[in-house]
Amino acid sequence: MATETLTLGKALNVGLRKALENDPKVVIMGEDVGKLGGVFRITDGLQKDFGDQRVIDTPLAESGIIGTAIGLAIRGYRPVCEIQFDGFVYPAYDQIVSQVAKMHYRSRGKLRIPMVIRIPFGGGIGAVEHHSESPEAYFAHTAGLKVVSCSNPQDAYAMIQQAIASDDPIVFLEPKRRYWEKGPVEVDAPLGDAYPLHAARVARPGTDATLLAYGPMVRTCLDAATAAAEDGRELEVIDLRTLSPLDLGVVYESVRRTGRAVVVHEAPSNVGLGAEIAARITEECFYSLESPVLRVTGYDTPYPAARVEEEYLPDLDRVLDAVDRTFGW
Amino acid sequence: MAKGDPGVTRGGRRAAPRSRKGATGDPELVQLLTPEGERIDSVTGPDGTEYRVDFTDEEYRGLYRDLVLVRKLDAEATALQRQGELGIWASLLGQEAAQVGSGRALRTQDMAFPTYREHGVLYCRGIDPIMPLGLFRGVDQGGWDPNEFKFNMYTIVIGAQTLHATGYAMGVAMDGKTGTDDGEAVIAYFGDGATSQGDVNESFVWAGVFNAPLVFFCQNNQYAISEPLERQTRIPLYQRAAGFGFPGVRVDGNDVLATYAVTRQALDNARHGQGPSLIEAYTYRMGAHTTSDDPTRYRIASEVEAWQAKDPIARMKAFLEKQQIADADFFADVDEQAKRESVHLRERVLAMPNPEPTTLFDHVYPNGSPLLDEQREQFSKYLESFEGSAH
Ligand SMILES: Cc1ncc(C[n+]2csc(CCOP(=O)(O)OP(=O)(O)O)c2C)c(N)n1
Repeated sequence: MATETLTLGKALNVGLRKALENDPKVVIMGEDVGKLGGVFRITDGLQKDFGDQRVIDTPLAESGIIGTAIGLAIRGYRPVCEIQFDGFVYPAYDQIVSQVAKMHYRSRGKLRIPMVIRIPFGGGIGAVEHHSESPEAYFAHTAGLKVVSCSNPQDAYAMIQQAIASDDPIVFLEPKRRYWEKGPVEVDAPLGDAYPLHAARVARPGTDATLLAYGPMVRTCLDAATAAAEDGRELEVIDLRTLSPLDLGVVYESVRRTGRAVVVHEAPSNVGLGAEIAARITEECFYSLESPVLRVTGYDTPYPAARVEEEYLPDLDRVLDAVDRTFGW
Repeated sequence: MAKGDPGVTRGGRRAAPRSRKGATGDPELVQLLTPEGERIDSVTGPDGTEYRVDFTDEEYRGLYRDLVLVRKLDAEATALQRQGELGIWASLLGQEAAQVGSGRALRTQDMAFPTYREHGVLYCRGIDPIMPLGLFRGVDQGGWDPNEFKFNMYTIVIGAQTLHATGYAMGVAMDGKTGTDDGEAVIAYFGDGATSQGDVNESFVWAGVFNAPLVFFCQNNQYAISEPLERQTRIPLYQRAAGFGFPGVRVDGNDVLATYAVTRQALDNARHGQGPSLIEAYTYRMGAHTTSDDPTRYRIASEVEAWQAKDPIARMKAFLEKQQIADADFFADVDEQAKRESVHLRERVLAMPNPEPTTLFDHVYPNGSPLLDEQREQFSKYLESFEGSAH
C-alpha cells in the first residue's frame, strides 16, 4: 500500500483531486479556488486539470456560493464549497441553516443536498480579525447539518472524500494552523475502512484521564499527553472527528475506564460543544466519574488581536493544569 | 391550454381584433389586453423586442378557465383559514394573470422556484391544488415532488430561492441543455420586497456573469406586507437589470396575454443560451398580505378601487365576449367547474389527517444520525407509555 508523507493541506488537495476524478458530478466552487488554488492553496492545480466548469471561481458573495450550490445539488451535482475564512461564513449563514440543513426534511426526503462546505477555521496563525474563529457550535446546533473536523493528514485525505461521497450536507472544518503539519497518508487505502466518517478515534491510548478534542486541539492534547507521561500520568486522547452527530460510544467507554474527562476546544466555552459533551458524559457516566468534567476553551470574548492570541488559545499548560485539577478533586 | 404551444411571435393566424400599438400610452408597460378587454396586436418592449401572442379560440378560453379556477380555489383557501382549518393563507387575489400567464409559458422541461404565493403557477405545473394547503394547515411542509413537477418547494425566507434557481440554471447550462429549441430554462419568482434582499442581488450578479438560463420573475404587487414600493426602490424595478448586464422588461401583470408573451420570450431566450432576464409583472395584491394582515392600516380604499378596474379576469371575459369567442354557456360551465373543484378541495382539506407523531423524526438526514435515532426511540417509548391509559 502506498504511503506518502504529506502536509494536511496537501492531503486535502489530493483528496479533492480523487473526488473530482471519481465522480464527474463533483464541482468545487468558491472565491479564488481556481487560478490561485485558494488562499491556502488547498485547491492548487485542480482547475488546471479539471477545467473551470469543475473548479469554479465564483463572485465574491458567500450567500451566493451556498445558495447556488443548493440549486446545483438539486440539479444533481455534488458541490464542494470553499468559504475563504471562518469569519466570512456568516453572510451565508441563512442559506446554510435555513436552506441547506432543511431541504431534505421539508421535502420529506425528495430533495437531497449532498454538499460539503469547507471552512478553514480556528486561530494560531497571527491573522487579523475575522480570520481565526471557531463557528462550529452554530452549525452543530442546527439539525440537518453534519459537522466534522479533521486533525491530521491521513484523516484530512480520507474524510474529505467521505464527506463528498455522503448524501448528508456536511460542514467540513479544516484546522488552518495545522495545514502545514506533515504525516503519513495511505493514498490507496479504501475509504471508510479504518474509520467511517462519523466515528471518533482514540488518538493516544491512556488509563488515567481522558482528553477530548477535535481539529487543531488534537495536536495540543497529544503534546500534553506526552508531557504528562513524563510525570507518570497516562492520558487517553480522543479525536472526536465528528461534532454533529457526536460519536459518544468511544467517549463513554473511555471515561468509564479513566473516571476523568477534560474537553478542549478553541471556541468560547459559553454554550459551546464542551458544554454538550460534559452534559452527556454526566448523564451517562455519572457513577464512573471521579471528578466533574472540565473544559479548557477559548475565553468568552471575541477572538483577540494576534499579539495576544497565545493567551486566548488553550495550550499545553492550560490543558495540564485542568488535568491536575481533575486529580485534585 | 398550451396544447398547441403557441409561440409568441408565430405570426397572426388569428388576426387580433383591433390593433392599437402602444395603446396604454405607457412605454414602460407591455400590454396586449387593455382593462376594457381590447386586444393590442403587438407591442415593442424597452429593448426592441416585439411581443405578440397568437392563440386559438380554445386556448383563449383555456386561459380564462385557468384564471377563474385559480381565483376560486384561492378564495376557498381563504375561507378555510377563516374557519380555522388553515393556520394562515397567502392569497394570490389580483395576481392570477401574472401567475397563469407565466406559468402557462413554461414548458414541461422548465424548472420553477416559487415563493409562498405561487398557487397559480403551481396549478399550471399540474400539481394537485391541495398541496399548498397542507403546508398552511400545518400537516406537512409542502408535499409535492419538486423533481417530478419541476416546481420547487415554496420558500418562505424572502429571496433565498433566487439563488437556488441560479445554481440550478448554471447546472442546466453545464449539462449542455441550452442552445436548442428543446433546451431547458429556469424561472425564479419573487416579490417587490424581495428585490431589497442581498440574495436577490447576488443572484442577479451570478446569473449575469455565468449567463445562466434564468428568468427572474418579479411580481410587483406594490407592497411588502405594509411597506410600499417606494421603501424598496427609487427606480422602476425592471430597470435594475441593466446594471447587472441583462435585459429587463415591465409587463402588465394583470394582462394574462402580455404576461404569457413576455415570459415565453424570456424563457426562449434563456433556453437558446442568451442568458438571464428580469420581468417585472406590474400588478396589485387585492387582498391582505396574508390572512393575518390588516391592509386598511396602510392603504386607502380608492387605490384598491382603481386596481379593481384593472381586474385580470374581467378584462379577459370582456375580450372573449366582444370577440364572441365564448358564450354564456361557456362562462356558466367554467363557474360550475370552479365551484365543483373548490367544494372538492374543501372536503379533502377537512379530511387531511395530522401526521403520525413519530414522523417528526423522519428525513432529517439522508444517512440518519445515532443521536436522533436515540431520541426517536425515547419518544416512541414515551408515547407507548400512554397506551391504554385515559389520555
Ligand atoms: C428574510 C425574511 N424577512 C422577513 C420575512 C417576513 N415576510 C414575509 S412576507 C414579507 C413581505 C414580502 O414582500 P414581497 O417580496 O413584496 O412579496 P409579496 O408577499 O408581496 O408577494 C415579509 C417581510 C421573511 N419571510 N423573510
